This record gives sequence, C-alpha cells and structure tokens, in this order.
Amino acid sequence: MSARNRELLGLVPASLLVTAGFAAVFIQRQEVLSDVSLTYGAIFLGLCVAAHMILRLTLPYADPYLFPLVALLASFGIVMIYRIDETLAREQAQWFVVGLAFFALTIVFLRDYRKLERYKYTIAAAGIVLLMLPRVPGIGQQVNGAYLGVGIGSISFQPAEFAKIAIVVFLASYLRDTRQVLVIGARRFLGLTIPPLKHFGPLLVVWGAAMLMLVFIRDLGSSLMFFAAFLALLYVATNRLSFVLVGATLFGLGAWFLTSSVGHVNDRIQAWLHPFDEKLYEAPGGSYQVAQSLFAQADGGMFGTGFGQALLKLPSGASILPAPHTDLIYAVTTNELGLAGACALLLIYLLICERGFKTAMLARDSFSTLLAAGLTSVFALQVFVIVGGVTKTIPLTGVTLPFVSYGGSSIVANFVLLALLLLVSDRARRPA
Amino acid sequence: MNAPIVRLYVLVAALFGLLVLSTSWWTVFEAEGLRDNALNRRTLLEEARIERGRIRSADGTLLARSVPAPGDTWQRTYPSGDLFGHAIGYSYTNLGRSGLEQSRNGLLTGQDTEIDSLVDQLAGKRREGDDVTTNLDAEGQRAALEALGGQRGAVVAIEPRTGRVKVMASVPQYDPNRVQRSFRRLARQDGSPLLNRATQGGYPPGSTFKVVTAAAALDSGRYTPDSMVSGKNGKAISGVPLRNFGGQDYGSIPLTEALTNSVNTVWGEVGVKLGRARMGEYMERFGFYRKPPLDYPAAQRAASGEFGRRGRLLDPESRQIDVGRMAIGQDKLAVTPLQMATVAATVANGGLRMKPRLTRRAVDPDGRTSESIDAEEAERVMRRSTASQLTRMMANVVKEGTGTAAALEGIEVAGKTGTAEIDPARDINQVWFVGFAPVRNPRIAVAVTLERSDGEGGTVAAPIAKRVMETLLR
Repeated sequence: MSARNRELLGLVPASLLVTAGFAAVFIQRQEVLSDVSLTYGAIFLGLCVAAHMILRLTLPYADPYLFPLVALLASFGIVMIYRIDETLAREQAQWFVVGLAFFALTIVFLRDYRKLERYKYTIAAAGIVLLMLPRVPGIGQQVNGAYLGVGIGSISFQPAEFAKIAIVVFLASYLRDTRQVLVIGARRFLGLTIPPLKHFGPLLVVWGAAMLMLVFIRDLGSSLMFFAAFLALLYVATNRLSFVLVGATLFGLGAWFLTSSVGHVNDRIQAWLHPFDEKLYEAPGGSYQVAQSLFAQADGGMFGTGFGQALLKLPSGASILPAPHTDLIYAVTTNELGLAGACALLLIYLLICERGFKTAMLARDSFSTLLAAGLTSVFALQVFVIVGGVTKTIPLTGVTLPFVSYGGSSIVANFVLLALLLLVSDRARRPA
Repeated sequence: MNAPIVRLYVLVAALFGLLVLSTSWWTVFEAEGLRDNALNRRTLLEEARIERGRIRSADGTLLARSVPAPGDTWQRTYPSGDLFGHAIGYSYTNLGRSGLEQSRNGLLTGQDTEIDSLVDQLAGKRREGDDVTTNLDAEGQRAALEALGGQRGAVVAIEPRTGRVKVMASVPQYDPNRVQRSFRRLARQDGSPLLNRATQGGYPPGSTFKVVTAAAALDSGRYTPDSMVSGKNGKAISGVPLRNFGGQDYGSIPLTEALTNSVNTVWGEVGVKLGRARMGEYMERFGFYRKPPLDYPAAQRAASGEFGRRGRLLDPESRQIDVGRMAIGQDKLAVTPLQMATVAATVANGGLRMKPRLTRRAVDPDGRTSESIDAEEAERVMRRSTASQLTRMMANVVKEGTGTAAALEGIEVAGKTGTAEIDPARDINQVWFVGFAPVRNPRIAVAVTLERSDGEGGTVAAPIAKRVMETLLR
C-alpha cells in the first residue's frame, strides 16, 4: 500500500473517535443520541480528507502516520473541549480549519524549505521580537503573572507558540554551519570538552536569551522548553554530552538565581513544592490550581469517571478546576478517562515523536536532520512541560497541550510545525 | 548524527515514562490520600450529586432521605427531626458529615469496587446509594426522651444477645435539619447540643461501677455472693477513711447484701484486695480504655476509664489510680453511658460482650440486601456462672435494695443505681441506673444518666430506665 493510502486509512479511526466522542457526550447530557454526532464526524473526516488530498498532490512521499496521529489528537481535543464548553468547542473547530489552511499554505509556499536557511538571522530576530511582544505596553497581556499573550483589539494570540518554530529554524541553520568547528576546535579541559570561545559566544547568547525570557516573560516553563530544545539540537549536532551538561548547569544556576529574585516564578515553585499548604492554597496565584489538578486526577483513578462525568463546576456555577480547557485539560482527561486514557494520550504523543525523530534520521542533509529533530524536540518538550506541571513532576506553568488544548495560536503554530516536518519527510523519503 | 537522535528519542521516551509514573502516582497510589485531603471538597461535591440512601429505624420510621436540590444535586432532610439527631447525624456539603451519616457513608453513597463502577458506567447507570435500616427503635427513643423530660443526660439501650443499639438518646437534642443554618450557634450554645452524651459524655459512674468490681471479685474466685465482708463505716481505704452513704454502719454482711445496699466500704476493700492489675484487666475486658467498637465515627466515640491530668487516658495499671476509690466509681473515672450499657448487656448475655451495632442491614436500589450486619462477639468478660451469680445479686438490688423504682410488673429486673457527688455542698449529683430485663432471658439492657441532678440514682434514673424497658419489652 502506498504511503498516502495508509494515511487515508489512518484518518478513519480519528473520525470514528470524533463521532463516538460526541455521541458519548450527547448521551451523558440528554440521554438521547442525536445524529448530529455523525454529522460532526463526517465534517471532520471531510476536512481531514481535504488536507490529505493536498498532501497526496504535493508531498506524496511524506510520512503517512504523522497526519492521522495529529488528527486523532485534534479530534480528541475538540470532543474534550466540547464537553467542557460548547461555545469554545465551536471556536476551536474554526481554529482547526484555520490551522489546516496554514498547514496547506506552508506546504505550498515552502516546498523548498531549505531556503529558510538564508534568512536565519531574520528569523531569529523575528522569534525574539515575538517573545518580547507580550511585554510591549498596550498590547501585552499578563496571565497569572506570566507574560505570554498579546492582544490587538479583539484578537489575542500567544506569540511564544510561533516563536518556538522560528527559534528552531534558526538553531538548525546556525548549528549546521558551526557544528564542525564546535567539535574540531574544542579542547579538553579538566575532562570536559570546551568548544572554542569564538563559537561559544553565540551559544552564550542563547543562554542569555533564555535567562532574559525568565526575567521578561516570567515563565519558567516556556524558558525551560526553549532552552532544552536548544540543548537537544546542540547534542544532535555535535554528539558531545559535555556541551549539554555545561549548558544544563548554566541554565540550572541561572534559573536558581533568577527564581529566587523573580517573585512570580518563585511563587510557582513554592506552589509546586507545597501544593497542600493551606496558606499557599488560599493565596491568589498560589497552589489552588495544582492542588485541584491533583484532586481531579485522583478522582479519575484507573479507568476514570467517564466522558462528560468530571466535576468541573460547583453547584453555584463557579468553576472548581481553573482553566480546564487549556492548562488543565490533561487533568480533565485523567479524571474522565483515568490513568488508562491518560496513558493512551501520552502514547499518541510518543508515536508522533517517534515519527519525527525517524524523519530526522532519514533526512539526507544536516539542516533537514537538525530541523526535524529540533521541531520534534520542542514538540515533545511542550508536552512534557504542561503534563509535567499538571502532574506535579515540575512546577506548573501555562503552555498548551499541543493540538488538544483550546487556543488558536497553539493549533495554527503546531499545524505549521507539522507541515515543516512533513516537508522534511517528503524530501527524505523521496526515491533518489 | 543518527546515534544522538536515537539517544534523544530514548530520553524523550523516558521523560514520557516519568509522566506516566507520576500520573499513576496521583490516580492510583496516592488517590486515597488525596481524596481524604481536607482541602479536597470534590468528594463532598461529587456525593452531593448522588442520591444518598434512606435511613430507617428498625420499625420502618423514615429517619433520613434525599430530596432534589438545584444544580443537579441532592439535599438531605430528616423527617423525624431531632428524635435521632445524635445517632443519625447529618450530611451537608458545607459542613461535612457526622453520626451514622458519616460512619455508613460508604453504604449510603453506594460505593462499589472499581470494577463494579466501571461496569455500571458502561451501562450508563447513575450511582445511587443503598438504603440503610438501623436497629434503632422509635418508640423506645421517644419514651427515653419523654422520661428524660429535658434534663441533660443520656439513655442507651442495647439488646444483650446481639449488641443491637435500640435507644441512643442525648439531651439537649438538636435537629439535623437546622444544623446547616445554625451550626455556629449550636456549636457555641450552652449545654453543647451537638455533643452526643451517650457516646462522648464522660461522667463519674458512681456505684454503678460496683458491677464491674463485683464481676472481677466473683470471676477471680476470691469471692462468692455469700462471702462475708465488713461494712463498717469509716474504714481506711488506701490510707484514707471512706464513708458509706448516709454514714450508715453495716456489720459483717454477705457480698450480695453489700451490693443491694451499695456499701462503699465493702467494695472499696474488695477493690484494694483485687488490686490494680486485676481490676484493670477486667475493665479492659469490659471494653474500658478503648473506643467502643460501635459503627459510629471515631471522633464521636470516647473511651472510658481513669483519666490523668489534661484529660489524658491513664494506663490501666498506672500508679496514679486509687484502686479502692475507683472500685466504687469514684477517683478519676470518666465513663460514657454507652460503656455502662455495655457492662449491663455483658452481664445479661452470660458474660459475653457483644459489639454494639447501630446498623442492621443495607438494601441496594434493586432491592437486594447488599450488606447484613450480624451480631459479633467482642470478648468473653467472665464465666457464665459468674454472670448468673452477678445477675442474682443485681436482681436483688431492684427487688429490695436501692433500685426498687426500676421494678416492672410481672417482669423481674436486674440493675444497679449510682449517685456520684458532683457538688456535695449543694447536693448536686451525677445519677445513674444500669440494668436489664427480664432476668431469666434478658432482652434489653439500659444505662441512664442525668447531669447535675439534685436526686439520687434510685429515685431519678431508675424510673426512667423502667419506662424505657417497659416500652421496649412491650
């Protein structure tokens, strides 16, 4: 079977999931099964098939599993959000369409994605500007103490979602140029391999940028995500574990120093360490969110309470679980589908990562390899940062769960990321 | 560059494995702890969405039921009002739970095993609670409350053979329907209406404790009902002279007569002769020094025994115990009416102590009995022969001694009165009666106590016990 036929077949389970998911929510709500769920499933399948046709025409050799896996995540996300809030789900469905449009545009206009290399410094600058936008007075938005959003008029978006792609593109092209010198010029010192100072400089700049992000954006999670993606790329490019260790140490020291001085980040860390401390629990921006997330997950148990059964609101109508459709959507999932459902979700993400890294390994030039590895790493890290935060593995910070959380920027940016991966994949798998 | 990519993928897989581990930690291993966390109101809120089962008395009187409330929830109401307020308790989202509502919450909310609820979920079934039938007797309870007539005190009645608790009355009462609105006021109010005196009230038992001393004396073989003992007034017990009630001087009398007339100097001396260790042993067998094994929240069950400074329960063999004075129910003894009812019921049941039980059975929404609570032995306290000797002695108390006011027509009653001086100058006493009937085949054992009464056990408490036994034996 050809790659594209396998892809088409893979979309069927995703559409069935949408149908079954909506059906489950309907049954739970009105105890009658409306055929609307079938309509929703059909529309979803139609959209996916349309995207598939574009892939069939433009990228016939691209990995056949990535798109169906993402469709599975997106359909799961829409059902989950529908169950939380119908209006939000309608918006999310619209964003899904917009995301597919961006996906198609990226594929059509970036057929030769390697030309991105030429604009690497422009792209890097754009990435930095995007990250700093939320601090621009007038349009910047502060949520829970972190600066992650930008609002112009009625439109608001999260620039960090796009910045992550820009920064990975930059790092991939920069490291393609310098990876050789980083290794060859390196000297051994005290058992550590130290890269030559001349090339070490730009790396220090990246470190400095990550630290600045902590100060300006005040978000440990996205800072960690960006810097870890950088280290992952550095490791792939140089195969030197010592670089990674030096980098991680530098980040650790910087983060430790800054968190003790940046109040908001410190609050998050305290809430992480002592979520059940009564004072922290009551404090605004305290540990209420983490504690409620854990309570919700504990309620789920092994198999969960069932679709649509999670307790989200107090009898008064107030929400018991803050941000159930964005930050804490994983907690809602665990509550309703239990440990089993949560593991299934993580498995889908892991499969996507596997396909991503596979693409990186098949790529025939360094830039493509680094780009695919970088995009996959940043994707995986984003999942780790939010799920880790929700499960108290690391401090909780507000990044989205890719393709599942509500949010236009997240959906659109991640579809662009997927398009880039498929572009790399198509070139890598094309018969010579 | 492929080798580092493989390693990177392994690292990502390991990180995801870590996420799976922490998710399982919270959902499975720590789930219980999180559910019990005081900050976690989810369980209460979740359970507000479940129709809790009804609670009924043994005769079918509806004691608690759920009515629909706004927001897809249920609200508890208590049709019998303050009749069984303490025994049943309450269950409200903002206050939590108490009483049977708490101790039988699992049955009332239909808590099942994980697999059962999974099957129910797939079948689309809504969780519903089981109906719980108690052993409580509405008639007996009403009789007890009427007899107490608003005086602060408590009545407990137990079926000796099974341990079924038929009456649990505590005055002042409270109405669980009102507790939601006036909890703060009730908690502060004079007389502490929220306190269940039957299980939480610690009172000096006075002479009713001589039943425990007598059981130890007879069962140890050191005494028989006919042993001759000296009832001289003012005998030195533990180095301090002890006086009899009314300063009365008895000569050399048999042990039976010493119980009939409640002679302090006799029982004080018996206690000293038996010693701390033996007295402590028998008390522990009767269930003292431990929370009674009632199906009732632990926080609402107090242990009985000797208490030291700052209300700390002493060791049964502590040197701080004056065993002679303890043997006549003085010293630092604080006992609950439930414990004294257990003492009477144990003697009535031939020396075999049964675990007291408020619940009889639970019936699930499909009408199947989901749980049936059988009679359960706690411990053999004394030999059967000891129990029948002691029964005879206690029957004499009601026939011709201090407890004649408890006598029933045509039914032989056994019992013991108690009058513990609280404020001798103003003649204020803690008055008691413990006993059981009929003597030949005991069907009910009672303990009655009143706080700060100006009467005596035989004149105030015994008639109340009579009224309750009369009603329950009808």
